[in-house]
Order: sequence, then structure tokens, then C-alpha cells
Amino acid sequence: MGKQIPIVDYLVLDDGDPHLMAHECSECGARYFDRRNACASCGGREFTQRPLPTDGVLRTFTIFGRSDKPFASGVVELSDGTSVKANIVGIDPDPDRIELGMKVDMTTFSAGTDDDGTEAICFGFAPSS
Amino acid sequence: MGQDVWVLGTHMTRFARYDDKDLIDLGSEACLGALDDGGVTIHDMGVLASGNLGEAAGGVGQRLQKQIGQTGIPVYNVANACATGATAFRTVLLTIKAGEADMGLAVGLEQMGKMGMLGGGRGGGRGDGRKVFTPRGRYGAVMGVEGRIGTGMMPGVFAQAGMEYAYENDGVGFDQFAKVAEKNHAHSVLNPLAQYQKEFSIDEIKQAEMISYPNTLLMCCPTGDGAAAAVLVGEEKLRSLSKEQQQRAVKVSASVLTSDPWTESCQVQPDVNTLTRNAAVQAYEQAGVGPEDLDLVELHDCFATAELVHYDNLQLCEPGGAGDFIDSGGPWRDGRTPVNVSGGLLSKGHPLGATGIANIYEVATHLRGEAGDRQIEGAKVGLTHVIGLGSACGVHILEKAAG
Repeated sequence: MGKQIPIVDYLVLDDGDPHLMAHECSECGARYFDRRNACASCGGREFTQRPLPTDGVLRTFTIFGRSDKPFASGVVELSDGTSVKANIVGIDPDPDRIELGMKVDMTTFSAGTDDDGTEAICFGFAPSS
Repeated sequence: MGQDVWVLGTHMTRFARYDDKDLIDLGSEACLGALDDGGVTIHDMGVLASGNLGEAAGGVGQRLQKQIGQTGIPVYNVANACATGATAFRTVLLTIKAGEADMGLAVGLEQMGKMGMLGGGRGGGRGDGRKVFTPRGRYGAVMGVEGRIGTGMMPGVFAQAGMEYAYENDGVGFDQFAKVAEKNHAHSVLNPLAQYQKEFSIDEIKQAEMISYPNTLLMCCPTGDGAAAAVLVGEEKLRSLSKEQQQRAVKVSASVLTSDPWTESCQVQPDVNTLTRNAAVQAYEQAGVGPEDLDLVELHDCFATAELVHYDNLQLCEPGGAGDFIDSGGPWRDGRTPVNVSGGLLSKGHPLGATGIANIYEVATHLRGEAGDRQIEGAKVGLTHVIGLGSACGVHILEKAAG
């Protein structure tokens, strides 16, 4: 197997099971996925790394119909209360199948390979089995 | 808080796609119309605020002056997402309240043509031929993430806002969202300034092309061109003008601009609710009126899902009751609180920078009793609302002149 790289830097592939990592404000506990200059909640400037659980519930979704391959996007509330945006995978992008409030788990899959043979790994959330 | 500020004159172009007019033509038409409507000239204006997004760095206000009058007054070119027009309006209002001018002109203008869907996500990727995954940007993305890690496109964001409301409240689903579009398309038939003036059945709306569930094509606003302008005047100056000018003037009894305060999920999915709720609370307090006093509301229905959540955000319905409100016909023009009798963004159109003044034009025109076929009889108080992602929310409450 060739080298892998996460599609975004907040997806952790090399420390146990794949999971997301948030920057957590040391002052107020607010969590972020992007590089931070300060905390938008309290103004704090120190952050710690917080590994996040991989299970949650689907708070909202949409199905983007105007492409060759319709896909479902959603916001998942993880079991520790952190919100995450992701595609909803492992289920047809059909409003009659996807249910608001359904339990989901994070999963990973290939998003393509570059000219060096490095495979980008993406994440999504699938209905809990 | 300074003196009261009034709308003395207002005008808007029809929203449409104009091949034969440029941005400055549209802005000039709106400005000259507003000046004529107010019975004043550009020489009476002490300030000009110009709201435009597409050419935000292009000195649009000064280009307008070169057509309608270079009088040397201060010009503010403002850009504030879909609250751009409202921000231009408020810039003039604040200038008058601050005592720097007694009269000013606010204009919102936009020429979009057919731009397609707005607001794609940003991602990594590189421009050269060879593909080597390299983390870039604030999320260390190795490729574009739009469509791979959810969506940041406008239709998706507002669809998700509606679906989250459906998750949290009973009696809200595809049908309720479709009914919003049914209403606004039906209202538009009476508005000659609307980009589209065509009624559609619920079935036609639900069966139209699915853009971003639950919003079909007929539940998304179009892109387009247009402009709207308003002449504002301070109370003191107004009292020196003619009786007719004073009688037609419309009081701005609240002017509020908010941005989104931090909430847990707001950087994952834009929060269109909290800043709207905050703006509404502040506006009702400033004006000393409540939602039950409103005779009409022009709110930001960029998508049908957005209108539904704003019924609740603006307190037009019981908390959690937006589904019941539309089901019971409350926001129809003959309902409890008529919403978007202009046809709304869904039918009237949404030339971004123009929208926040076009809705002031609409409400002011009803308060003056000059709205023709679409007049809401006896309208005395109205509210306008715009929200731009990012986010910025503008709310204004307007009142008919006494006597």
C-alpha cells in the first residue's frame, strides 16, 4: 500500500482509528477545525488538541441534486456535542432514506491519488450499523 | 440617539436581466427616481452611500456621481454580503443622526447576469500540471473540499438551515417549504417590478428540478440586475419642507445591523438564526412596536427554507410554529402578517446589493398607500430584513407619517 495523506489536517489517520482532531480553546473549551489566531467565543489565544469521538446524530442534511452524482451533505452532532460538517455516505442520497436525528458513525474512503502515488483519504458519516 | 430620520423619496428599477444597460445606468435610474420622488436634487444631498458587491473595489459611488452630479460630498462604497443595500441605507442614516448631513442618498445596485449558484467552498489544490497533494489553507486541505466534506454552496447552507428547523420542530417538511414558494410566486403576479410574475402550483414547485433538497429550482431566488435608492432626511430638515413632502415621508423607527455571535456550530455551518433573532429584538425595542403591530414584512427569502425559519426568528409566529404559520395562511397577503407581498427574492429577484433598499422601497410604498394592485390596505408599520452569509443582518422598521 502506498502513502496516504488526510484530505484535511483535522482528520487523523496515524494515531489509532481514524478520527477528527479539534483545536480546543484552553479558556472556554470552544472547538474549531481551522488554524486559529484566537478564540471567536472568548478571545483566548491558547489551544489544546482535542481528539473527537466518531459517533453522533444527524442534525440536518441536504441533497445536492445538480451534479452528475447527487450527494448528501449534513451536519453531525458528535456524542461529545461537537458539530461537524461532512457528506452523508453509505446510504442513497434520497430524502426518503436519510432521516433527521439518525445515528451515524465516521468512516473514511479514498478521494484520489496524486502523481506521486499518494492517496488522499476523506471522511464522511454513515448510518450506524 | 440623534434626531429621527425619514425616507423622503425612494425608487427602484424593475429587477431583470439587462443587456442594454450597465450597472451605472441602473444605479442612476434608481437615484434620479428617488430624488424626483422626494422633490429634491443631488445638490441637496450631504452624503452618498453606494452598496454593490460585484464591483466592490470599483468606486461605484463615484462613477454614479459622474452621471448624476459631482457635488464633492462624501461617498461611502459599502459591501456587506446580502446586507449591502441595508448597510448603505444605514450609513446615510447614521451620518444624519451624527449631524454631519441633513439629507443623503443611499443606493444599492448590482448587475449579475446569469452567475449560476453562489458561494462554493474554498480548498487546496494547485494550478500547475503535476498533481502532488499538498496541505494548504486554514484546514490544510489537499484538494477542494466542496462536495467532499459537505457543502458551503448557498443553496445547501440554506437548505440545511431549514432542515435543522424541521429536526427541532414538529410540522415542518418539504410541503411547508414548498408552500412558501407557492405564496411568493402568487404574490409576484401583482408586482410589475418583479423579475418573474408567474404563479405555480404546489405540485409544480415540488416537481421542479431539485437543486438542494428540500429546495427545488422554484424555491431558489434567481440572479439578476437592478437597483434601488432612497433619499433620507433628518426630522429637523423635513419640517422645513412642503406639506406634501412631510405627508409622504416614512419614518425609520428602527435601524439595526448585527453580525453572528459565536455559537457552537457557527463555524461549521453558518448560523442564519441567532443574528436575525438579535436584530429583531433590538429593532422592536428601538421602534417600540411588537411583531403583532406589523402590517407587512419583506424578509430575506433567498430560498424557501430561509423564509420559513425567519418567521420564527422575527417572532411572526409562536416559537417553533413556523410550519403552522404557513399552513394557516398567516403570511399570505390576506393573512395575519403579510410576508413578501412583492414576490420576495424568490420572484422579485435578488440583485445582491440592491435587495436591502428594494425591500425598504416596497414597505415605504405600501405605507404611503401607493402600491397599486398589491397595496396592503391601511398599512401603517412594516419591517424589512436582509441577511448575508458571513454573516450580516439588517433590520429596519418603517412607520407611516402621522396625520
